[in-house]
Amino acid sequence: MSGFTIDDWILDLWIIGTASLVAASCALVGVFLILRRQALMGDAISHSVLLGIVLAYLLSGSNSLSIMLLGAVIIGLITTWLSESLHKISRLQSDASIGIVFTLFFSLGVILVSLYTGQIDLDQECVLYGEIAFVPFDTLVWGDIQNGGTELGPRAFWLILIVFILVVGSIVFAFERLKTVTFHPSLAVSLGISISFWHYFLMTLVSMTTVASFDAVGAILVVALLIIPAASAYLFAKSLKNMLLLAVLYSQLAVWLGYAVAFQLDSSIAASIAVSAGLLLLVSLFALQLHKRRQKHFYTQQLKTEQAG
Amino acid sequence: MNAFDAYPTTDFISQAWHHLQVFWSFEDINATWVLFGSLLLGMSASVIGAFAFLRKRSLLGDALAHAALPGVMMAFLLSGSRDAEVIFVGALASSLIGFWIIDWLPKNTKIKPDAALAITLSFFFALGLMLLSYIQNTDLPDKSGLDKLLFGQAAAITSEDIQLLIIVTTLVLLTVLLFFQKLRLITFNRSYAKTLGINVKFYEMLLAIMIVLSVVVGLQLVGVVLMAAILLTPIAAARFWSHQLSTLLMLAALFGAISAILGAQISYVAPAMPTGPWIVVSLSLLFFISFLVAPKQGLLKRYLEYRRLKQRVILENILRTLYKLLEREHFQRNQFTLAEITELRSLKSIQLKQSLAILNKRKLVIEAQQRYSLSEEGLLKAIKLTRRHRLWESYLSQHADLNSEQVHQQAERIEHILNKEQEQQIVAELMEQFDPHGSPIPKLPSQNLQEKSQ
Repeated sequence: MSGFTIDDWILDLWIIGTASLVAASCALVGVFLILRRQALMGDAISHSVLLGIVLAYLLSGSNSLSIMLLGAVIIGLITTWLSESLHKISRLQSDASIGIVFTLFFSLGVILVSLYTGQIDLDQECVLYGEIAFVPFDTLVWGDIQNGGTELGPRAFWLILIVFILVVGSIVFAFERLKTVTFHPSLAVSLGISISFWHYFLMTLVSMTTVASFDAVGAILVVALLIIPAASAYLFAKSLKNMLLLAVLYSQLAVWLGYAVAFQLDSSIAASIAVSAGLLLLVSLFALQLHKRRQKHFYTQQLKTEQAG
Repeated sequence: MNAFDAYPTTDFISQAWHHLQVFWSFEDINATWVLFGSLLLGMSASVIGAFAFLRKRSLLGDALAHAALPGVMMAFLLSGSRDAEVIFVGALASSLIGFWIIDWLPKNTKIKPDAALAITLSFFFALGLMLLSYIQNTDLPDKSGLDKLLFGQAAAITSEDIQLLIIVTTLVLLTVLLFFQKLRLITFNRSYAKTLGINVKFYEMLLAIMIVLSVVVGLQLVGVVLMAAILLTPIAAARFWSHQLSTLLMLAALFGAISAILGAQISYVAPAMPTGPWIVVSLSLLFFISFLVAPKQGLLKRYLEYRRLKQRVILENILRTLYKLLEREHFQRNQFTLAEITELRSLKSIQLKQSLAILNKRKLVIEAQQRYSLSEEGLLKAIKLTRRHRLWESYLSQHADLNSEQVHQQAERIEHILNKEQEQQIVAELMEQFDPHGSPIPKLPSQNLQEKSQ
């Protein structure tokens, strides 16, 4: 069939919907990573999650949503715990221990993927950029498809929707706690708030977001969505709430821009979205630098006139 | 393609064995070059990575490797060729831009160094993947094989790649050898190096360029994604074995070389296997072995030391308890039951019996009919310990604002590690004859004799 049809529209809608939710969840979680200076931990978890997914597939023999989520959360927490213990016990710098742990986990994941290609729905390429264009074809079905079961739309969409609701819910309900733990860790300790609980809580959110984004953007591009919109928001934000909203705004702009770019160049949608996020950051940085320079110029002029007068 | 699909399993094993024989007989000239190249790459990357690690920039290599990807793609798009030199120049250019951004961001904006690293890494990688997907959807010739740069593939390497690899790694190793003293100084004491008039900025730039060169030249073999590990893990493993920089570098080079050869071999034997991940797995194995058994800082050594210390503490505590009992009986009775000992020092009865058996064997305690007494040697040791305990208690109660219970707890720990000189220092400062609880501070028999003779 040639030309534009309703079906095409619906496919595009599913793709954009999934991408928007992925980008928004990543941006929200990323804000805390940036503020708590754990950008590298986010990087590490997103790499390790691959091993969690592959192991969950291989051990359970199914790719149900709950098992994938569980596998990813467990491996995410193990990554965090292992790099922290390695840092403490071996007295290595913390970024070094993070690097050692996640490169090992990611390698094991890639090796398993290359060993079992065909048996599981993964190959090396989809590990890297995900297959957001194929997202609409892997649908979730309620009941038996032969006996009048209903198609509920893409699996990836529902997974990221659940995670998005969890992320937003946690941030809304635990806003004050998260704020205290993020900005005043020592105050939090004196108030009896468990720092390590909230640390692992955030890492759980990061793992869940990463695994839910996996189908859409793959294991590595998710780092761009976690860090870049949140870092852009960090440049301008005046409060935590402000920063969360700005980060989501940046992420949505990146999705629309990226989709357009991918359409124009016939390139990977996920990669184009990540590149757009980076371009938006560059533009913001440029504007900020320009503003700074102008302000400096303005003040030096003022100073000169004052001295003259 | 799957390695196991290519041949039935038994065939696969014999095939693999055949490949292995070919590999090590040096008959296949290309395989020999791959071997040689991996060896050199493993060595140069580990050595240059060591400097990054020691300067606390462990993950710089990770970011720079990711940053090379868009340069490679752009170079291919602009020139239309996949020659080793073209790809090398492209990768070098974009890695250097990445390095500049990582440096610039934290200095000029609010963005922190870790975020700057993550931003650069992910943005450049995304750009590279975008260009790669664009290239794959076009009909340019020679486009296949570019994706092998992601995880590396020893089997796909051309002889020109190997030649370039050998030239560059040799250059890197020679540079390190030539400027070793200055690089060492800058690594460990940057400000001192500056006062000596060394051009720190120049050598830092040199190091950065060497890192970028090693990363770029290793892409074909290790891949963009995992290049970080070959820079970082060897030196982290070596660190457990030595503190001497030259030894560290040699060990790191050895680890790097071993794992690079292993990885290259596995992917040569099973061509569907990417090389990078196997190099990382063998490296991690070396790391964990070092972590466990290294003689200086290995976990096993530290655990054994901890056990030994713990045992010594228990034994010394029992000796001191026996002395206390002796003191309670005004030195009239030197035979005590287990019940009397546990009354003063709570220990599990099995542990107590075991420890007493050890003390008996060392002739510090004499056992007779379920009763225990200090031997002459044991008494001397017990006096020494009690003396240190009570000296420390009086010292703390005079010089620190602690109550008698806190003082006791501190002394429980310090008595086992005080040495003779420290003991004499405390004596010189104190005039006390009694500890804060009112017990006399015992004197060593030799001192008693001295005082009597005076």
